[in-house]
Amino acid sequence: MPPRRQLVLACGALAREVMAVLEANGLGHVAVRCLPASLHNDPKAIPGAVRAAVRESRAAFDDILVGYADCGTGGQLDALLQEEGLERLPGAHCYAFYAGVDAFAARAEADMRAFFLTDFLARQFETLVIEGLGLDRHPELRDAYFGHYETIVYLAQTDDAALTAKAQDAARRLGLAFERRFVGLGDLAPAIRSFAAPAATAPLLGAR
Amino acid sequence: MADDGDIVLSELPDGDLVKQMHDDLYDGLKDEIEEGVRILLKRGWTPYRTLTEALVEGMRIVGEDFRDGILFVPEVLLSANAMKAGMAILRPLLVETGAPRIGKMVIGTVKGDIHDIGKNLVSMMLEGAGFEVIDLGINNGVEKYLAAIEEHKPDIIGMSALLTTTMPYMKVVIDTLKEKGIRDDLVVLVGGAPLNEEFARSVGADAYCRDAAVAVETAKEFMMRKHNQRAAVRA
Ligand code: B12
Repeated sequence: MPPRRQLVLACGALAREVMAVLEANGLGHVAVRCLPASLHNDPKAIPGAVRAAVRESRAAFDDILVGYADCGTGGQLDALLQEEGLERLPGAHCYAFYAGVDAFAARAEADMRAFFLTDFLARQFETLVIEGLGLDRHPELRDAYFGHYETIVYLAQTDDAALTAKAQDAARRLGLAFERRFVGLGDLAPAIRSFAAPAATAPLLGAR
Repeated sequence: MADDGDIVLSELPDGDLVKQMHDDLYDGLKDEIEEGVRILLKRGWTPYRTLTEALVEGMRIVGEDFRDGILFVPEVLLSANAMKAGMAILRPLLVETGAPRIGKMVIGTVKGDIHDIGKNLVSMMLEGAGFEVIDLGINNGVEKYLAAIEEHKPDIIGMSALLTTTMPYMKVVIDTLKEKGIRDDLVVLVGGAPLNEEFARSVGADAYCRDAAVAVETAKEFMMRKHNQRAAVRA
C-alpha cells in the first residue's frame, strides 16, 4: 500500500511550529500549506478560505488536518469541518492549545486582564498589533484598546532570549506588566502526531 | 484632510456645514466636530436635531463603510471618539430641552470578556437614537445584570461577547432571568462578531444584531411593539 498523502492546512501564524512538530517527530512526509495569518482580523472569512483550500487540496491528499482552532468563527468552522469530515486543532484559539486547553481554561479568570503573545506574535508584534490596530499612526488609541489590560503574558514556544526581549519590549510599549511562561507547543504536538501516524500509534487514536 | 485650512466652518451655510461635519466625523476630527456642534447650537438648532442630523447620520455612514470593509477598527474608533466629544456637549442640553426618550437599555460585555469596542459603539448609537443607556462595562456576571435591572428597570438588556468561550455565558444570564420570572418583561438583544442568529435563538435571546445600525433599528422596533401592546391592552 502506498503511504498516505497527508496535509496540514494551517493558519500562517502556526507555520514554524507545525514544521517543528513534523521535524521533531520524523513526519517529513506530511505536507504543510498555510493560509494568511491576517484572516484573524476577519474571522468570518476563515471558514470560506478554509473550504476553498480544502477543495483545492482534496485531489492531491488522502488526509487533511485543519490547523486552526475555533479562532472566533463561533462554531462556523466546526460546521464546515463536519460537512467535510475533517478535524481541527483543539480549543478556542492558539493561546489555549499552546498553554494546554484545560490548563488555559483553569486560569481563565486569573488571566482575564492578560494580553497573550506567542513566539509568532512576539516576532510580528510591530506589524500585527501596533500597525494592525493603527497604534503607529494613532498612539492616542492605546487606552481604547488596552485600557482594561494589565499584563502581557508571553506564552513561549521556545527558549529564545531575543524573542523574550521583543516580548518584553512589547509590554513596555503598551505600558503593561510582563510575564513569561514557557509552554512549548502544548496540545499542538499530540494533535499533529495522532493525525499523521494513526496506524503506527493506534493507542493514540481517539485522543484529543 | 490635513490641508483643509481654507474651510472655515462658521462661514458654511447649514447644509454644507452638516455635510462637512459628516466628513470630519468620518476622518475622526474631534476638534472640528466640537466646533461644528457649537456653531449649529448657536444658529438655533435644537440639541436633538444637531445630534441626529450631524452626528448620528455621520456615524451611520461610518458604520456602513466599516461593514463593507472600507473602514477598519482604528478609523471607527477615531470616529467614535469624535462623536463622543460632540455628544458630551449635547448630553446636558438634551436633558434640559426634553428631547424624546424612546426607552431604557442596560448593556454590558459578559463575564470573562473584556472586548468592548463594539459594545461601546452600540451604546453610543442607541443613546444617539434617544435611548437612555446604562453601560455596565466589561466582565459582567449575572449578578451585575440583575442588580442593574432592579435599579434601572430597563426595557432592554444588551449583551456583548467576542470570544467563543464567553458567548455561552449569555445563556446563563437569560436562564437566570427566566428563573426569576422576569425574562418576559425584558427584550434581550445580543451581539459580537462570533455570534449569529441561530446562536441567539439557541440561548433564548430576542434578537441578534449584526452591527450598531441593526441594533438601533431592532431596539426601536421592540419599543414600538411594546407600545402597541400596551395600547391594545388599554383599548
Ligand atoms: C480589536 C480586537 C481586540 C482588542 C480589543 C480592544 C477592546 N477594548 O475591545 C485587543 C487587541 C485588546 C484584543 C484582545 C484579545 N483578543 Co481580540 N479581537 C479584536 C478584533 C480584531 C476586533 C473586535 C472589534 O473590536 N471589532 C470592532 C467592533 C466595532 O465590532 P464588533 O465587536 O463585532 O461589534 C459590532 C457588532 O458585533 C455588534 N455588537 C457587538 N456587541 C454587541 C452587543 C449588543 C447588545 C448588540 C445589539 C450588538 C453588538 O455591533 C458592534 C458595532 O457595529 C477581533 C476580530 C474581529 N474582527 O472580530 C479579535 C478577536 C475577537 N480577539 C480574539 C482573541 C483571541 C483575543 C485575545 C485572547 C488575544 C490575545 N493575544 O490575548 C485577547 C483577549 C484577552 C482576554 N484576556 O480576554 C479572537 C477570538 C477567538 C475566539 N476563539 O474567540 C478574535 C476573533 C480574533 C481572532 N480570530 O483570533 N482583541
